[in-house]
Amino acid sequence: MNKFSDLFHTLSWEETKSSIYSKTASDVELALSNQNRTLEDFKALISPAAALYLEQMAGLSQQLTTKRFGKVIQLYVPLYLSNECNNICTYCGFSYDNQVRRKTLSAVEIMQEVAVIKKMGYEHILLVTGEANQTVHVDYFKKVLALIRPHFSQISMEVQPLDLEQYQQLIPYGLNTVLVYQETYHREDYKKHHPKGKKSNFDYRLDTPDRLGQAGIHKIGLGVLIGLEDWRADSFFTALHLNYLEKRYWQSKYSISFPRLRPFSGGLEPKVVMSDRELLQLICAYRLFNGEVELSLSTRESPTFRNHVMKLGITAMSAGSKTNPGGYAVEPESLEQFEISDERSPQEIAKVIKEQGYEPVWKDWDNNLTI
Amino acid sequence: MLKIADKVFKSRLFTGTGKFSSSSLMEDALLASESELVTVALKRVDLKNNNDENILFRLKHPKINLLPNTSGVRTAREAIFAAQLAREALETNWIKLEIHPDPKYLMPDPIETLKATEELAKLGFIVLPYIHADPVLCKRLEDAGTAAVMPLGSPIGSNKGLRTIDFLEIIISQSNVPVIIDAGIGSPSDAAKAMELGADAVLVNTAIAVSGTPVAMAMAFKMAVEAGRIAFEARLAPLSTHARASSPLTAFLDE
Repeated sequence: MNKFSDLFHTLSWEETKSSIYSKTASDVELALSNQNRTLEDFKALISPAAALYLEQMAGLSQQLTTKRFGKVIQLYVPLYLSNECNNICTYCGFSYDNQVRRKTLSAVEIMQEVAVIKKMGYEHILLVTGEANQTVHVDYFKKVLALIRPHFSQISMEVQPLDLEQYQQLIPYGLNTVLVYQETYHREDYKKHHPKGKKSNFDYRLDTPDRLGQAGIHKIGLGVLIGLEDWRADSFFTALHLNYLEKRYWQSKYSISFPRLRPFSGGLEPKVVMSDRELLQLICAYRLFNGEVELSLSTRESPTFRNHVMKLGITAMSAGSKTNPGGYAVEPESLEQFEISDERSPQEIAKVIKEQGYEPVWKDWDNNLTI
Repeated sequence: MLKIADKVFKSRLFTGTGKFSSSSLMEDALLASESELVTVALKRVDLKNNNDENILFRLKHPKINLLPNTSGVRTAREAIFAAQLAREALETNWIKLEIHPDPKYLMPDPIETLKATEELAKLGFIVLPYIHADPVLCKRLEDAGTAAVMPLGSPIGSNKGLRTIDFLEIIISQSNVPVIIDAGIGSPSDAAKAMELGADAVLVNTAIAVSGTPVAMAMAFKMAVEAGRIAFEARLAPLSTHARASSPLTAFLDE
């Protein structure tokens, strides 16, 4: 087995889903009492049967997270470089068929954005683009990385999937982390939501984390877009993917995000709605399944939810995010990828973190450590 | 008193700076511990902004010596570069060598660690390498010019105590450099036990930072380390499972 798709293709979505839904209270209790939890335990913890055990799960999740990560929350912020995109994605504000003005930031504009972000106190930046290979390509990324590297101690990217050689080229420019969300592991539904563009190739995307692992990247981020399909089955496949990658690419760290579909101009209604209670159940299930994986919560979630959940398993948060290219300084009024829910400034969030008895951490990497 | 390279330590409790809920609490706990050697991850240090949220600002006390560590590097080459960076930025040639290419369990790489120790010792660094409880590796590190060895008691951050005790005893019995038990010490009784075995010092971080009351726990560790050391120096009474009333096998000699 050389890539995740080989393993993935041996499993059936429907069988997996029904095995999650058939988990019972005694399966959940067994999962809670085991210290080393398996993928079957994870199924029990995300099953409807585990809903009654949420308080206990939250307690264990908090304990495990504190032991591994301490009482700290890492802070990062996205920088949208471009909204140009050749993909049609039914849920995304930057979809090719969406009538918005397209923009890719120039070097001068990037530095204007960077100046504002630096004033907010950030050391960890997440670069985001759509997929427009004629303008936003590896050479563009190299230029951007070279430009911003002196200003940030940690650089992450969430852009189109690239080839192994391209990742290998970008790492020496200071690229530390790559996030690549499968959106959904339901093959047919994936096709429905990504009818056109390079992104419609399910398997190429599915095997991207393998290429990242082979390239020796420091951290790989996984996740699905919650709302497209049954979140329990999708999350199981995310956990399976994590488990597979950890054993194979043991020198990389992993993080998981759980974005819920948010409204945007002309947007898609979620097929499946996940409640706050269910999102917390999922966060705790990930933590109970894997004590070391980083769990990240974005500004898609509400202030109240974020205030409470930061102590129950989360390790990283964004704050003050803009989801439009130029959103910080160049063109604050341009169209966003999605509307954020928590609009508090980074300083306000840092204050809330402290009030919860946690330390906000701005810097936890040094670009100088990679040579 | 404990001496490493040219430095003499009154306290045999070394500490770390991670996982505290605030930098002021960290400062209070470290002062309560009376620790004189405090390790700090280079990746967490912000060399540009020296405000009161900066770890370095909180460590500016006359008794506290900084021990920068290379946490996050994966190879000897990266570790050597990080050590040079630390020497320049923090003005110390002491370095805690942490090379763990495995970010899940943070297991130290013995091969890269040995290579880096050889090189750094030649470059004039005082090297304190974090390693498995491997007696042969400890001797090889001695040959390479290490200033001390820092074997783990159990997986880092696990609080499981001295699971490697049999190997620690061998290391302590044959070491020519100070032995500092580094990872896994979860309670003051673990620390006391390590000192009773004859360890020269222990390094504790998670067990203090993540405890219910870090300042009180720091004091508890300080007292446990002192008690354990006194016990070691006083020589423990031998273990016995039953009372020795008579000598049935040799009594005939006196008849």
